[in-house]
Amino acid sequence: MAFVQLEGLGKRYGEIDAVVATNLSVEKGEFVSLLGPSGCGKTTTLQMIAGFVEVSSGRIVLDGRDITHAKPASRGLGVVFQSYALFPHMTVKDNVAFGLRMRKVANGELQQRVDRVLKLVRLNQHADRYPRELSGGQRQRVALARALVIEPPVLLLDEPLSNLDANLREEMQFEIRRIQREVGITTLMVTHDQSEALSISDRVVVMQAGRITQIDAPYTLYEHPRTEFISGFVGKANLLPGERDDAGVVQVRSGGELILSLRPEKIDLRDAGHGRLQGNIVSRFFLGSQWLYGVSTTLGELSVVRRNDGSAPLTEGTAVGLDWDATLLRVLSVDEVPA
Amino acid sequence: MSTLVAIRHGRQGYWLSAPALALYLGLLVIPLLLTLVLSFNVFDYSSGINSDAYTLDHYSSLLGDPYFYEIFLRTMWISALTTLLCVVIGVPEAYILSRMGTPWRSIFLILILTPLLISVVVRAFGWSLLLGADGLVNQTLQAFGASPMKLLYTPFAVVIALVHVMLPFMIIPVWTSLQKLDPAAEQAAMSLGASHFTVMRQVVLPQIMPGVLSGTLIVFGLAASSFAIPGLLGGRRIKMVATLIYDQYLSELNWPMGAAIAVALLLLNLLIMLSWNRMIEGRYKKSLG
Repeated sequence: MAFVQLEGLGKRYGEIDAVVATNLSVEKGEFVSLLGPSGCGKTTTLQMIAGFVEVSSGRIVLDGRDITHAKPASRGLGVVFQSYALFPHMTVKDNVAFGLRMRKVANGELQQRVDRVLKLVRLNQHADRYPRELSGGQRQRVALARALVIEPPVLLLDEPLSNLDANLREEMQFEIRRIQREVGITTLMVTHDQSEALSISDRVVVMQAGRITQIDAPYTLYEHPRTEFISGFVGKANLLPGERDDAGVVQVRSGGELILSLRPEKIDLRDAGHGRLQGNIVSRFFLGSQWLYGVSTTLGELSVVRRNDGSAPLTEGTAVGLDWDATLLRVLSVDEVPA
Repeated sequence: MSTLVAIRHGRQGYWLSAPALALYLGLLVIPLLLTLVLSFNVFDYSSGINSDAYTLDHYSSLLGDPYFYEIFLRTMWISALTTLLCVVIGVPEAYILSRMGTPWRSIFLILILTPLLISVVVRAFGWSLLLGADGLVNQTLQAFGASPMKLLYTPFAVVIALVHVMLPFMIIPVWTSLQKLDPAAEQAAMSLGASHFTVMRQVVLPQIMPGVLSGTLIVFGLAASSFAIPGLLGGRRIKMVATLIYDQYLSELNWPMGAAIAVALLLLNLLIMLSWNRMIEGRYKKSLG
């Protein structure tokens, strides 16, 4: 049996199903992300696990113990909130020590554990500051330290990075992953940011309208999205019509009944007249390490990403040929859930 | 920004705030100064106020007469008790209010504020109807076979009516500081193993202390200088300082004595409120900024 098990977990608010019969198994030490657009039920799922939201149906089992209706205080889980939810009237040290004080940990051991966890999140210099004297990233670390110090069986992260600016967010992503690895703690993170989910999770759970639509490792999820929605939500995707040829190989065909997904970076640009499809560059965006081209073709406008290798980029209006490896085409199923 | 700086450094600022300053000066500072001067004037029952002669007699009789001590002491304990009851009732009320759903919250907030629209005098009369010798409360007591109680013209009547009148002044500042609270902080505390009681005591209460402090200052200040309620519900026997001043001015016609009592009340009020403010604010200023 898995360490954390959601069995047919559901939540109804009046007439509205926020989460529908969700099944999920998380192994010990695993980092799992719940990814989805806002309102997909990912936060509700997390809050049910934390015990802040009453469960309507199904069970939550933690390490063999049914905690479906246990009080939040008795679950002993570490929770990091989107707003950090630090206690503004307490110093960093007191914030972190709060959970230990609730557990009546003796003073000597308490000091030791607080020091250790503050060192882990690299905040030992700021132990006597108040939250308002810290930067966003530092507050984030305090929240993380406060959740970790009680040595919870599971760490729950609710959009932990959404209040940080882009640079800091990336830094904190790696920081969270480093800490998670170091402590070896089972972690569930809710996020709407696909790059965040892809970069730090062992597995990503895609949720949509209260249901799980795909569970896979980040690479598999990116390379083999199951549905049209997922292919567009996780990374960028060109959607092309297609069909199977006589040999059963999927090919792009105008008017074909299959929906195919082709990632922008999988398309090669050739000279006009070469390749599988002809088109004209209609737009060009510089992304630093890459160029993003919009190419208008008979199958619609396609996005193409090329590495910025230092050579002069193509200008708008240039006629180009597009080519790709047919094995990189993915057949998508039509969304079973209305987005 | 530059306009603001210019206003701050130039003389323009004084002109812009002149209307407010004139109002403040004309309606507060000058009357207070006149009262202060008046409190030193000589008074004689046969010849009235002598505004050319000055004396410290009023203050010395104020300090020497146990009759005044009793009234000042009563005013202070009634105000303190009123403040305490307002905290005990108002803080939980504000908390419950802030946790209510959308339609109910506004409805109950308005309900709490509506009494402010009714004159204090009318509300005091309402209480005297309820608490009177054959008021509703005593009628009910008698209907159950109990003997009637003396409720009106007791400190009890004054305190209960004061709490009723002052409660909104406690709820509003507490409610305001509750608005600034992050509800997730309570969830965080619970996830860390805190009981509801601990969450209230260690997480919520310390954060709303500034609101509780302003509430207590407003309530105490208003209660200590209240006139209509002790006048109507305390009767002739349960005098408070404001009713005493009224008597000195209008029954005794001893204006200088009334002025001296008024000055004394003002100083005592200031002393109590400032030290209270220092005591509480000092404890929370560092952490709450």
